[in-house]
Order: sequence, then structure tokens, then C-alpha cells
Amino acid sequence: MTTATASHDDHGHHGPAKGIMRWVLTTNHKDIGTMYLWFSFAMLLTGGVMALIVRAELFQPGMQLIRPEFYNQMTTMHGLIMVFGAIMPAFVGLANWMVPLMIGAPDMALPRMNNWSFWILPFAFGMLLFTLFTEAGAPNFGWTFYAPLSTTYAPSSVTYFIFGVHMMGISSIMGAINIIVTILNLRAPGMTLMKMPLFVWTWFITAYLLVAVMPVLAGVVTMMLMDIHYGTAFFDAAGGGDPVLFQHVFWFFGHPEVYIMILPAFGIVSQIIPTFARKPLFGYASMVYATSSIAFLSFIVWAHHMFTVGLPLQTELFFMYATMLIAIPTGVKVFNWVSTMFRGSMTFETPMLFALAFVVLFTIGGFSGLMLSIAPADFQYHDTYFVVAHFHYVLVPGALFGIIAGVYYWLPKWTGHYYNENLGKFHFWMSFIGVNITFFPMHFIGLAGMPRRIPDYALQFADFNAIATVGAFIFGFSQLIFLFLLIKTIRGGEKATDQVWEGAEGLEWTIPSPAPYHTFAEPPHVK
Amino acid sequence: MATSNYYVPDSSYFPIVASIGLIGMAAGAGGMMNHMSAGGEGYAFPHLVFTAGSLLLAFIFFQWFGKVISESRAGMYSPQMDKSFRWGMSWFIFSEVMFFVAFFGVLLYVRQWAGPWLDGQGDKGSTHMLWPDFDYAWPMFNNPAGADFPGPQAVIDPWHIPLLNTVLLMTSSVTLTIAHHALRAMHRGKTIFWLAVTVILGGIFVYYQILEYIEAYTELGLTLDSGIYGSTFFMLTGFHGLHVTIGAFILFIMWIRICKGHFTPDQHFGFEAAAWYWHFVDMVWVGLFLFVYIL
Repeated sequence: MTTATASHDDHGHHGPAKGIMRWVLTTNHKDIGTMYLWFSFAMLLTGGVMALIVRAELFQPGMQLIRPEFYNQMTTMHGLIMVFGAIMPAFVGLANWMVPLMIGAPDMALPRMNNWSFWILPFAFGMLLFTLFTEAGAPNFGWTFYAPLSTTYAPSSVTYFIFGVHMMGISSIMGAINIIVTILNLRAPGMTLMKMPLFVWTWFITAYLLVAVMPVLAGVVTMMLMDIHYGTAFFDAAGGGDPVLFQHVFWFFGHPEVYIMILPAFGIVSQIIPTFARKPLFGYASMVYATSSIAFLSFIVWAHHMFTVGLPLQTELFFMYATMLIAIPTGVKVFNWVSTMFRGSMTFETPMLFALAFVVLFTIGGFSGLMLSIAPADFQYHDTYFVVAHFHYVLVPGALFGIIAGVYYWLPKWTGHYYNENLGKFHFWMSFIGVNITFFPMHFIGLAGMPRRIPDYALQFADFNAIATVGAFIFGFSQLIFLFLLIKTIRGGEKATDQVWEGAEGLEWTIPSPAPYHTFAEPPHVK
Repeated sequence: MATSNYYVPDSSYFPIVASIGLIGMAAGAGGMMNHMSAGGEGYAFPHLVFTAGSLLLAFIFFQWFGKVISESRAGMYSPQMDKSFRWGMSWFIFSEVMFFVAFFGVLLYVRQWAGPWLDGQGDKGSTHMLWPDFDYAWPMFNNPAGADFPGPQAVIDPWHIPLLNTVLLMTSSVTLTIAHHALRAMHRGKTIFWLAVTVILGGIFVYYQILEYIEAYTELGLTLDSGIYGSTFFMLTGFHGLHVTIGAFILFIMWIRICKGHFTPDQHFGFEAAAWYWHFVDMVWVGLFLFVYIL
């Protein structure tokens, strides 16, 4: 630290330190963003391998490869790792890189805390993954960890799971506070709230949701911990508690969490489509209001995850209608994206392809969500593969495609090189085809009654399951193309211009490519 | 890095050491609890890990905050930086509010819905078939499965220790505000006195809270495992008591800093943040006194 201080005083600028300690000790938002992104990619591959184990077992009816106990651990760990380890940190990584560049800030508002937010994560996931190798095995109660499966009947690794969730929560809350403070306090002069790029807006609202609901998650796992080890009766009706209460508290966190995983993707797509349609975003203000409405509604719809648990009729009705309301602001967004493209001068580079696939496929996931929101229909769909198809459509071609689109879009700014467009398009088409082969048949087998989270199934589901497994392997191995492309682009390639994309607008495109280690030491003036 | 109006620190070893301390605490606590629930006796390896992790975290926080204080006193923080701290502390307190909301929500749900349903009342009264003899009342002296979950014989009388504690905490909020006004008016002696009174009042509060717990455990049969009343009672008051302890500790640090002459009438955000936290803890107590003790 002292040497770095001594060497830079003359210019007020200095490059990164050398070696591994650059990454361990850094307070630089770009370094931390890069670490978040690589960490989430590693988690994506880890969780992806678990998904492929699940799909391989489901290739045929009957038990072939693994034991049911291990199957349960795989579905649980896959869900936890993808939600908390892949999607969420990837968005935080993009926010770290891009929010300061987009609002003209010198760095994140609280740089040391920023580093801490990141470095908690590898330890937390290390602990979670370590339970796989213990005698008791990893958590096996599903990523939603319903009590009493996760309390009375849980393996002893649940204790480590609980403390792991606490650590992820601390990391998320600190990361979210950092983003909020950066946006509120570090905008360049003239950058009013209603001039902020939509990625910044959606992250601002996402961070608010994170600060509001991560403590509730901490609360619910704490109650589990007390029930397991200290004899409390929160989720035990014998002592006056209620297992359904667990679901209420969990989904009070869980539903806003769903929007935490999609709102930043909305923001990314809202950056990309105007660039490649060469038109300003249609309905900027309505996008901001729609995002805010979605965030508000996310707090009053949680029980639509619990329609079959035994709720009073008026509760079912309230949550059904409240859930349907979400379709309105979401529809506004889809309408605005399509209107932005209407009569635009469109080109179809890889980020645009992923963004377009996002609009179409996320909308499919949205519509199946609308089907699920109908309480009487949900009695049929609940806990079937239809639900699996629904949330994978919003999370994979939704959230994940949004992240990948963002990476392609900003990669030349980060590395200073254009990626190989043909390779990028190859990655896109393999992913697009793979994801649909995997998840579209799940709608059919779900409607036909195949339950989720069961390692074996009746013979009539065999064909579609075999198809889905083939698709999953295509999709999974396509991500190695992405890894190859990323490494290749970092190491070299055609030199990127400052603006990178012909139609790109915003502060991040005014700085050189690759972005210098420190940017906007003097805030720019926004007109 | 030097910018004209915002200080961006150079690389730092605090976060990585804090992460190592935190994983030590988390993994150690997990191991300790599993050891305990598996019937293990005495101290084992996890206790060592937990202790080491806690000490490391405490040590690095001491260094980290010390560095922030010295940077602040060296004049490296601009007014814009000050605003970042203010926003950061506000949102942190909001996250704490949401943590308590979860536990208050549980209390509401049990009293309003789960309890009456188990008694056969309301929309989901069919759950009464589980324990046909169960009659719902709050406080819940008789739990649904009374043999597994013996209920408390009595609960804490709100008009003795809890009332006293309410008065103590409310008074401490007033004395803290007096200290703040004195700080603004540059009356250092007065600030030191009233802040000390605030910390002592907080200490007395915690002392009485401990007495109350001892009474609950030894005389009333009100324990963590005496059913849902004990669960909600101890978790809500326990987390609040923990926050009072932390808040009093922070105020004590501020007291030391004032004795050292760290603050000026214009620049004393450390003190203000501690005061915000203290008032937040106070407000939580008002909720507890109403919904846990009286109603």
C-alpha cells in the first residue's frame, strides 16, 4: 500500500498493482467488477454441472446414475448456486463496472466496503460446497428450504447452509447500499435522476429491494437455526407455531428476490436495443415508472407461491389479482422495447441477438407466469414441471441472457478489443436452440402432470425428458464457447474505438477503450 | 487516488482479513451448534475456530475504523464524502428495520391467524383436528402438544421491569439529544457528561433485561423452548437487547473520541450516526413494549 501511494503522487493517477495481491487488496470498482463477473461465471459452470447431472439422471425413467439422496442435493445446490452465486453476483459485477462509468463517478462510493462485499462470497460458497464432501451430505431440501424439511428432517449441513446464507446476505446488503449511495451521491453535475441511463435506474430499484428483503431472509434462516438447535417453535405447530409461516416469511423475501434477478436485465436490454436500433429508447419515463411499480407490487404478491398450501379464499383472491397486476408494467416494458425497434435502423450484432431473444423468451416466461397466477389453475400446475419451465424461461433466457448480452455489449469497453463476431453469433445460436430444446418440452410434461424434484418418472414422460436432456447438454457445453471467446478477447483482437458501437450513447462511451484504471477523477458535465 | 472532491482509498488489506474472520465465525458457529445438538460435551475444535474468527474480525474492525477516523481527522473527506456516510448509515438502519419487521410479522401472524386456526376458529379452523383439546389464548400457557412443549406458567409483567426499562431508554434518548446540543454548542464537558449518562442508562437497561431473563427462566418457566410465546418473546427482546448492547458500545467509543477532542460543532458524523442508531433501537423498544409485553 505504501509503495503504491509513493509511486503515484506525481500524477494523481496510477495503474494497478502487480500480481495476485492486486485482486485481493483492490478498492478499484473495475477490478472488483471483474472479480464478481469471473466468480459468477465459475459458479455458473459449477451449478451448470449439477444441472447436467440432474438432466442425465432424467434422460430415462428409472434410476441409472445417482442415488435419490444425491439427486436431492444436486437440485438444491443447483438452485442455491445459480440464484445466489451466479445471477446475483453477475449483476453486482456489471453494476460495479458500469454504474460509475455511466454516471461519471470516480469509483464506487465506499470502495473498501466494496471489496469486502465481494470477498465474503468465495468463502461463503466454499463453505456451502464443502458440505457436499461431508458424511451428512449437502443440503437436500430444495433451494426454497421449506420447514420442516429444512428443520426437523434436515441433514446437519443445514447449519452451515444457514451461516452461508447469512454471509451472502451481509455481502448483498453491503453491495446494495454501496450502489444506492453511489447513485444518489456520485452523479456528475447535470446528471439528474431522470437523465440516468436505465441500467442505473433499474439497479437503483434493485438495490432498494435487496436492502429491504435480504434482512428478512436473514430473519427466516435465524428462526430455522433456533428451531433446529435451541428448541423454539416458530415452524412447529406442536408448540403453537406454523410450518406455513415459514413459507410466508420466505416468500416475502423470495418474490422481491425474483425481481432482483430480472430488473437489472431489463436495464441492460434497455441500453442495448436503442444502440442497435439507432433510436432513443421509446418511453423512457414510463420505463422508470414501470420498474418502480414492479418493485412496489413485488411486496404484495408473495402468497401466489403458496396457493395450494391452504389459504383462506379471500387471501387467494387478493394474491391472484395483485399478481395479475404485474403484467401491466411488464407489458409496458415489452411494448416500449418493441416500439424502440419499430422503424429503427437495426443491425444484429451478438448483444442485440441476446437482447432480442430476451424480449421474446422472457415474454413467454411472463405469459406462463400469468397462467400460474390464476389460483384455480395453479392447483393443477403447482409443483409440476410447468413451474420449472416457467421460472427457467424467466431466469435463463431472461436473467442469464440479459447478463450475457451485457457482457458482449461492454466487453470491448473493458478489454479494448472487439470479440470475434462469428464466434459470438455461434455462441448465441447454440444457446438459443439449446435453451428452448431444454425448457420448452417441460411445459408439456408439466401440464401432463410430471412432478418436480423427483428423480424418477412415469413412462409416458420419457420422450420429452430425453429431448430436454439433449438440449441441456447442448446449452451447457455452448457456454464453453463463451469462455473461449472471453479469454480470446481479453488476450487480443481488433482494436475497439472509444464509442465501440456506432449507435451507442452515454458517458461510458466517451472514455477510451479499454477503460483506464481510473476514470472521471474530475466529474464530466452533463448537459 | 486524488480527485478534487472525492477520496478513493488505495488498496487495503482490511476487507480480506475481515472475510477470513467472518468465515471463521460462521463455520465455527455452525460446527459448535452441530456439536452441541449431537450431544457433544465441552469444547471442541469449532469453538477454537469461532473464537479465532471473532477475535480476528474484532481486531480488523478496530484497525479499519481507526484508519477511517485518522483519514477523517487528516481532512481527506470532503462534504460529498460525508454525504456518502450519511446515506450509507440511513440505508443500513433501514435494513435493520426490515430485520425486525420479519420477527414482528411472525408475532402478528401467530396471534392473528395460526393460533386461532389451531383452535378451530376462522377460515382454516379445520387444523383443530390436530390437537382437539387445544384452546387458543395469548399468552399461550398451554401449547397444542403440551407434553412435548410445556408452556410457561406465567409471563413477564409489563408494569414492572419492562416499564422501568421503557423509562430508562426514553430518558437515554433525551440525554443523548442534550449531549448532541452541547456538542454543537462546543460545551465539551457537558457533552462528555450527558453522553456518559446515556451509556450508563443503556447499561442499566441491559442489566435489567438480564434480570428479567433470569426471572423468566428460574421462576416463570418462560424459556426459549416453552412454545411459540417463548420463541417470539426471546427472539424479539434478545435481538433488541443485542442491538442495545452494540449501540451502547458505539456510544462508548464516541465518548472516548469526544474525550480525545475528535469532533467539532460542524463535523461529528460518527457521533450522529451512533445517535441515529440509538434512536432506532429506542423505537424498536416502543414496538416491543406495546406488542410483546402489553398487548
